[in-house]
Amino acid sequence: MKTMAPPLLDMRNVSVRLGGNADSLPLIENISLAIAEGETVGLVGESGSGKTTLGMSLMRLLPPLLEKGLSGEIIYAGRDITALSPAEMTAVRGGEISMILQDPMASLNPIFTIGNQLKEGLRLHATARGTLEERAIAALESVRIPSPEARLANHPHQMSGGMRQRVVGAISLTRAPRLLIADEPTTSLDVTIQYQFLELLKDLQRRLGMAMLFITHDFGVVAKMCDRVVVMYAGQIVEEGPVREIFHRPAHWYTRALLDSIPTVDRTPRRLPTIPGSPPPVAARPAGCRFHPRCANAQAKCLESPKVLDVGAGHTTRCWFPLQAQRGAA
Amino acid sequence: MVDATTASPWRGSRILSGAGNLWRSLDWPLRIASALLILFVIVAVFGPWLTPYDPLTGSLRARLVPPAWQEGGSWAHPFGTDRLGRDILSRIIAGARISLTVCVMVIAIAGAIGTAVGTAAGYFGGWTDRVLMRLVDLALSFPVILLALLLGAISGPSFANIIIVISLVLWSQYARMARGETLKIRNEDYVDLARTSGLSDVKIIWRHILPNIAPALIVIATLQIGVVIVLEASLSFLGVGVPPPAPSWGSMVADGRSYIASAWWLCIVPGSAILLTVMAVNLVGDALADRINPALRGRNI
Amino acid sequence: MLKIIVTRVGEALVALLLMSLVIFLLSRLTGDPVALLLGDGATEADKAKLTQDLGLDQPLPIQYLTFLGDALTGDFGTSVTAGSQPALQLVLARLPASLSLAAVALVFTVTIGILFGVLAAIRRNSAVDIAARLIALVGQSVPSFWLGIVLMYIFAVQLGWLPTSGYGQWQHYVLPAATLGLFTLAAITRLVRSSMLEALGSEYIKLARIKGLSEAVVIWKHALANSLIPVITFMGTFFAVMITGAVIVETVFSWPGIGRLAYESILSRDFPVVQTVVLVITSLFILANLAVDLLYVLVDPRMRSRG
Repeated sequence: MKTMAPPLLDMRNVSVRLGGNADSLPLIENISLAIAEGETVGLVGESGSGKTTLGMSLMRLLPPLLEKGLSGEIIYAGRDITALSPAEMTAVRGGEISMILQDPMASLNPIFTIGNQLKEGLRLHATARGTLEERAIAALESVRIPSPEARLANHPHQMSGGMRQRVVGAISLTRAPRLLIADEPTTSLDVTIQYQFLELLKDLQRRLGMAMLFITHDFGVVAKMCDRVVVMYAGQIVEEGPVREIFHRPAHWYTRALLDSIPTVDRTPRRLPTIPGSPPPVAARPAGCRFHPRCANAQAKCLESPKVLDVGAGHTTRCWFPLQAQRGAA
Repeated sequence: MVDATTASPWRGSRILSGAGNLWRSLDWPLRIASALLILFVIVAVFGPWLTPYDPLTGSLRARLVPPAWQEGGSWAHPFGTDRLGRDILSRIIAGARISLTVCVMVIAIAGAIGTAVGTAAGYFGGWTDRVLMRLVDLALSFPVILLALLLGAISGPSFANIIIVISLVLWSQYARMARGETLKIRNEDYVDLARTSGLSDVKIIWRHILPNIAPALIVIATLQIGVVIVLEASLSFLGVGVPPPAPSWGSMVADGRSYIASAWWLCIVPGSAILLTVMAVNLVGDALADRINPALRGRNI
Repeated sequence: MLKIIVTRVGEALVALLLMSLVIFLLSRLTGDPVALLLGDGATEADKAKLTQDLGLDQPLPIQYLTFLGDALTGDFGTSVTAGSQPALQLVLARLPASLSLAAVALVFTVTIGILFGVLAAIRRNSAVDIAARLIALVGQSVPSFWLGIVLMYIFAVQLGWLPTSGYGQWQHYVLPAATLGLFTLAAITRLVRSSMLEALGSEYIKLARIKGLSEAVVIWKHALANSLIPVITFMGTFFAVMITGAVIVETVFSWPGIGRLAYESILSRDFPVVQTVVLVITSLFILANLAVDLLYVLVDPRMRSRG
């Protein structure tokens, strides 16, 4: 369903290659993705699918070699951020687009106090009222950290994992960005803490009205947090659609296989279904449909690169024989 | 017994092709450094057969002859002669032998003692550990050069002296590393297994611990070779190292010091020899250290 | 944290005491100064009297205790060779020259070393990086006595820009400080470079950039702060290197410091001066190590809670 207002983020034909030549190996290819204001989009895929590269490209934080291989347009709030100078991009980061990383222990500088690291970011937000100290305490309160005044003087190693991730959240959100990229933010947290953290993120999103790109391999998180889902495989988007559609009527065989491999409580487990084979390395991607060697429904036509087909309202897939069409035909 | 005429590929050819692959994998600076090192070892080992003249006797007629490429020099003395008419090239070659001998002996002695102390400290722990590490700390608290000077003054400069002194400087590094590495593996399953099966402590250390800590110790040894060479040269320069007339590169520099303005080669040639050798050692040593254990990168003291 | 400080200071004191014993024994072993002092024509009576005067006829333990007792009151005996000057005074008079040289070398080494290290890391594989690594390699390989001689030859003899020896004005400091500091400069450059490279690839640097901090702040605050810890650890060995270097450099440049005094007094078997000089140097050394240990505990917050 296309929204009437222009999307907050519009990626058009973005590729990231391992070098500046046109024939360098692409990590992600021809990605076109739009995120509307306030929307939460889930980006799902196995490791190696390119989802982290996609996230980093939005922040323009790719390593120099990959930065050279970035092509396409990334339109954020009407501006193409691939064309920005480093200084201009620095202004965008933190203030407009921000990111939460996976490992909170590694993300915080072990030498400086929490307060120091918070105030650093706050200082850049010139328009807010109150002293730095007050604002830092407020930031910690907004992520529900108890006794925030005391915590300001703590060092990262003195806090638990869940609390550290909340601090990272506070830091990433100090300047109320309009788009937050969350790269597997709960993967390194205890299961019991994960739920709390997701609740917190949802709450913050509501309050700040920000859009989120939620990168994850966990469909449970997707179900809880996302409005739309984008499925990636081997550097390409293979399916995209509203969350209910994807869950109940997946169109791509890969998506279906991913969903099938999630163990559920109500089914009697005989054997956990897995997807045979493994994702192809960047240098050895199959011709045509990249999933066809592992696909239960592979046919001769699959050796041709599939086009993107519409299979429902706001639901597209990159497959010659999408599942719904199958069912429809049958 | 393997029949020498069997058709299986000659071990030597495998070694040669392995060496060839290794050579190809090195970048230019490393290649030059390795070549230099091999040259150093060959010159040092075969020194006495290679010297064109006797390094210890000179002809007073041929005093202070400049090197071959200068005015007044000749290829009879490629690097010139010193104030006593001794051929510098021959002395350089002999000096290489001295440096190599000191290196080998020091690293053997310091390495053996240091490893023994460190492994014992790490393995037995408790009091042994505390006492031995106090010893190590003490050794490290004493500025080495003073020790060398004192010992040199006590018994006069001698070959044995300098080896003892430099070993005293360096053994504690092995002790520290050996202790650290032993601690890391002391509680591993295979050590426990050996202990429960009744193996004596000494056997356990010898069979299980030493082979596993060896790589780290080898790294230390390679990084120390340069230190030994420079230390020996410095002590010889100060007159408390290898006694004259032995042509240690350090004492050659000391000899030539007063002639720096008139006969610069007396100083520059031996000094350059030290510099080039140690640079080569450091480059190769670093590369080796990287390969054996990248975690130790940059820790060169 | 107080406990750590007290423990370390205690250890330092014990080390100092043990050192004094070692020094005492060693200097006694360097030979008998009586024969040297009086020369060949001395009679047995003369020798006996001098021996008694110098207190050398007492059993060793007594001599040691006398030595300690005297030391605590500041009496280190008088120089046997330099015209009966009190040894302590002799040593202390030469101390400022060495300390000032070491200070200049330290400043030079640390500032340029860190600068080179950072530049080499942020412009990896550029000309700056290669130059820095080359200088580091040479610096760690060149013997300081030779470096001093060569520098002197080039800059003082040939170019005449700087004096060959002497003491007093800033020009006199340049060559000796450069010679003294090069080895450490090389080591610091390498250390900082590799720590910076490691830091720059870390997650917290990513977060710092995500925050929108300027590249300058990212490098000079976040990355550098983490890179300085290994440098401080290294400074522990700095003093050992400095002292070795000091003896050599002071000898080469005829610098009126305690390094050269140690060398000369050992060679001339001047016991009292030898003892005093070596004791002073060793104490400085132990103190310096103590300072570095404490600095380390202060700087790395992770150390504070563990001890």
